[in-house]
Amino acid sequence: MSEPATPDAASPEEGDDEGRTDRAEQPEQTDEEAAAAREDAATRAPGSGANAVVAALEAAGVETAFGVQGGAIMPVYDALSESSVHHITMAHEQGAVHAADAYGIVRGDPGVCMATSGPGATNLVTGIADASMDSDAMLALTGQVPSDMVGSDAFQETDTVGVTAPITKHNYFASDSDEVGRTVGEAFALANTGRPGPTLVDLPKDVSFGETDRPVGEPTAPERAVPDEEADEAQVEAAARAIETAERPLCLFGGGVIKGDATEQVRAFAREFGIPVVTTMPGIGSFPEDDDLCLSWAGMHGTGYANMAITHTDCLIAVGTRFDDRLTGGVDTFAPEAEVVHVDIDPAEISKNVHADYPVVGDAATVLDQLDAAIGYGDAPDTEAWREQCAEWREEYPMDYAIDPDEPVKPQFVVEAFDAATDDDAYVTTGVGQHQMWAAQYWTYREPRTFVSSHGLGTMGYGLPAAVGARVAADDDREVICFEGDGSFLMTIQELSVAVRENLDITVVVLNNEYIGMVRQWQDAFFEGNHMASEYDWMPEFDTLAEAFGAKGFRIDEYDDVEAVVEEALAYDGPSVVDAHIDPEENVYPMVASGAANGQFALAEDQL
Amino acid sequence: MSGEDDDATNAAADGGTDHPADSPIAEHARPAGGDAPETGLAGPTPEERPHPSGRRDEHGVRKEPDDGGEATRRATVSALVEDEPGVLARAAGLFRRRQFNIESLTVGPTTVEGHSRITLVVEETEAGIDQAKKQLAKLTPVIAVGELSDDAVAAELVLLKVRGHEPDKVHAITSMYDGETLDAGPRTITVQITGDENLIDDAIDAFDQFGIIEIARTGQTALERGDSPTTPGEEPGHSAGSTDDDEFTNYDD
Ligand SMILES: Cc1ncc(C[n+]2csc(CCOP(=O)(O)OP(=O)(O)O)c2C)c(N)n1
Repeated sequence: MSEPATPDAASPEEGDDEGRTDRAEQPEQTDEEAAAAREDAATRAPGSGANAVVAALEAAGVETAFGVQGGAIMPVYDALSESSVHHITMAHEQGAVHAADAYGIVRGDPGVCMATSGPGATNLVTGIADASMDSDAMLALTGQVPSDMVGSDAFQETDTVGVTAPITKHNYFASDSDEVGRTVGEAFALANTGRPGPTLVDLPKDVSFGETDRPVGEPTAPERAVPDEEADEAQVEAAARAIETAERPLCLFGGGVIKGDATEQVRAFAREFGIPVVTTMPGIGSFPEDDDLCLSWAGMHGTGYANMAITHTDCLIAVGTRFDDRLTGGVDTFAPEAEVVHVDIDPAEISKNVHADYPVVGDAATVLDQLDAAIGYGDAPDTEAWREQCAEWREEYPMDYAIDPDEPVKPQFVVEAFDAATDDDAYVTTGVGQHQMWAAQYWTYREPRTFVSSHGLGTMGYGLPAAVGARVAADDDREVICFEGDGSFLMTIQELSVAVRENLDITVVVLNNEYIGMVRQWQDAFFEGNHMASEYDWMPEFDTLAEAFGAKGFRIDEYDDVEAVVEEALAYDGPSVVDAHIDPEENVYPMVASGAANGQFALAEDQL
Repeated sequence: MSGEDDDATNAAADGGTDHPADSPIAEHARPAGGDAPETGLAGPTPEERPHPSGRRDEHGVRKEPDDGGEATRRATVSALVEDEPGVLARAAGLFRRRQFNIESLTVGPTTVEGHSRITLVVEETEAGIDQAKKQLAKLTPVIAVGELSDDAVAAELVLLKVRGHEPDKVHAITSMYDGETLDAGPRTITVQITGDENLIDDAIDAFDQFGIIEIARTGQTALERGDSPTTPGEEPGHSAGSTDDDEFTNYDD
């Protein structure tokens, strides 16, 4: 179903919308023009350290950066005013880092965020940790007090390199105006090399102010950090033989499939050999969820059929996953009879959590092509009986929910209503909580990079700033829908001001249960229903609050409201907030209790 | 979902509005009532499901049901690193964060300018040692990581301060361990002993009779024996005293 056309849903090229971002107003560059601009940035004499920082961003092809001003980063901002890099000022640095993260996810290139020293830098920490857990390529630039004051507990000083060392792929303290441009370029390139991740450059004010005419050059990652894309032939052959002899093979596609742009290869592979597919939550979108082979995602709140399949497979072909405990449950019971083929670009992921019987180190797309070639056509496993078994499980454990027109609206219904009213290529961002799980369960994802969520860190408040980043990154004709919980939304709601200022066409759907619902669900299951600090019946009227920010507010109280609100909110060209008052008692099922066996998922509370 | 469900769904969703009867909205909704539970999902309960009998151990290795826990061993790991600020902190932080059990960690320059060697002794399971090496290798300033063989050359230095009442006896034991007296006074004697870890443990036991006042141990440092490089692919540099290039000709063989 396509997006309803409305008179005011004009594209920005028509220039009738003054609030629209500057980026959209700039004439489109051709590829040659963009390459020439990058080369100019790489070769010109920058003049100052700050100019070198900005030239390095331009040389890397950065179009947009998200951030907040401040004392120590001011020289870089000043240099940015002359730059082709479009800067989006966010309301909070946490907003900047999540926006950059989501921007990077949607674009497939590192997002860039900036903050000043001290509190600016520490406000980035949550989002950097988030990007690190999800292997998202990102570059963070932080201001720092002047070099000669470092270590003196100067005003707004924090040991940013020390604080962020464990949550970055690598970080740099810039100590020389002549080197700083190259360092920024290297940090950018490194973020996107091999297994992606966040990098950070800390920029003391004197280094930014310092003079330099050293051109920044092309951004290049250190040679040692560039892994081989092709896997060892012997590893591939061994894995291929294991797959051929399997009776119940199962593909497990993780976030690495999407980061590695390998969706085409994994789809072809599973289809060619008729191997059923489950994904991890970060792997959502790597395989179309409406494909007969797809059992959706496995893990704590994954489907019953995915968890049955993973429990009973005899050969798990895992690609680009780190076997997070939300996926595996207790490792002792995880895929207990499976030989594990593990394909990953990062050798340190092999056998980190689950022993790999067949390690295959390399780039997902390249390795899948290699595997495909190594499996003889006559030797492909016979999966018919196994596929039938998986289909039976699909029948046995349906993902459905009961609705009663006189009762409060079920959240799943709202999610499905938005899914039905949008195209397959719409982007969904989420906060963290029950709403995130419903958005993952009841939306049918078909394309990579369309599900933008905080997986490994589980950061409440991720959804709205991520929607801002996704919106700026996405083509204008694709919808951006953000599902938030009432508690999670309130954590970064200030970014609504940015969405209004930039007139970003985002639809925020607050699945409002007046609880921090996921906590309430666990309290009901494991703490005798003691709702300590989880009742949020003091929530504002989100639709009214949206209007105060200058956004459009809608409200859903009953089933009758749903269809019209979905239509109007999607048609509105700008930020809108749908305050959907849902059944406050609704819980997320299936559920695998922490550390339990995947096959022991509960379908209702009394099974926990 | 079946056709009957669709009708009921729409009846609920419509609430009597002009919502089209075949709307795709909410394909998984079903009317309340009937067999399925009001909250939660339908399907066989955990007890009714088939269960595999296999198991894995704590490292995710498939095992026989009565396999015991895994044994640990000590490994000496050598990492060649770029000598940049914070590299030791990064390595140490990594080991703390990932809860690897480090026994000792030493660091010092090599013959190549700008390179340092970190030597670590870890006590871990086989899988833990493997992880420790891989995680260390991932740090950007780390050039190469090797695990030393059992016959590698390893040494440690200890300074011992003991009571000075029996200088002759202290001297005798110091000589026995090829040590050196660094400071001798009427009340205390400080000696230095170098050697492999066992020798140092023995020496400490031997000095114990005098009453050990203070001790400082450096932790083990180590190199591979003979022509084998200590970390894979390690290229030797030329220290000030080394003028003979031929010495290294066969190094990479
Ligand atoms: C920053 C942060 N603080 C706390 C948590 C713990 N937590 C996980 S889910 C959740 C509840 C979320 O509530 P809400 O946003 O209202 O969503 P709901 O679960 O009701 O859909 C909480 C508090 C978290 N994930 N992130």
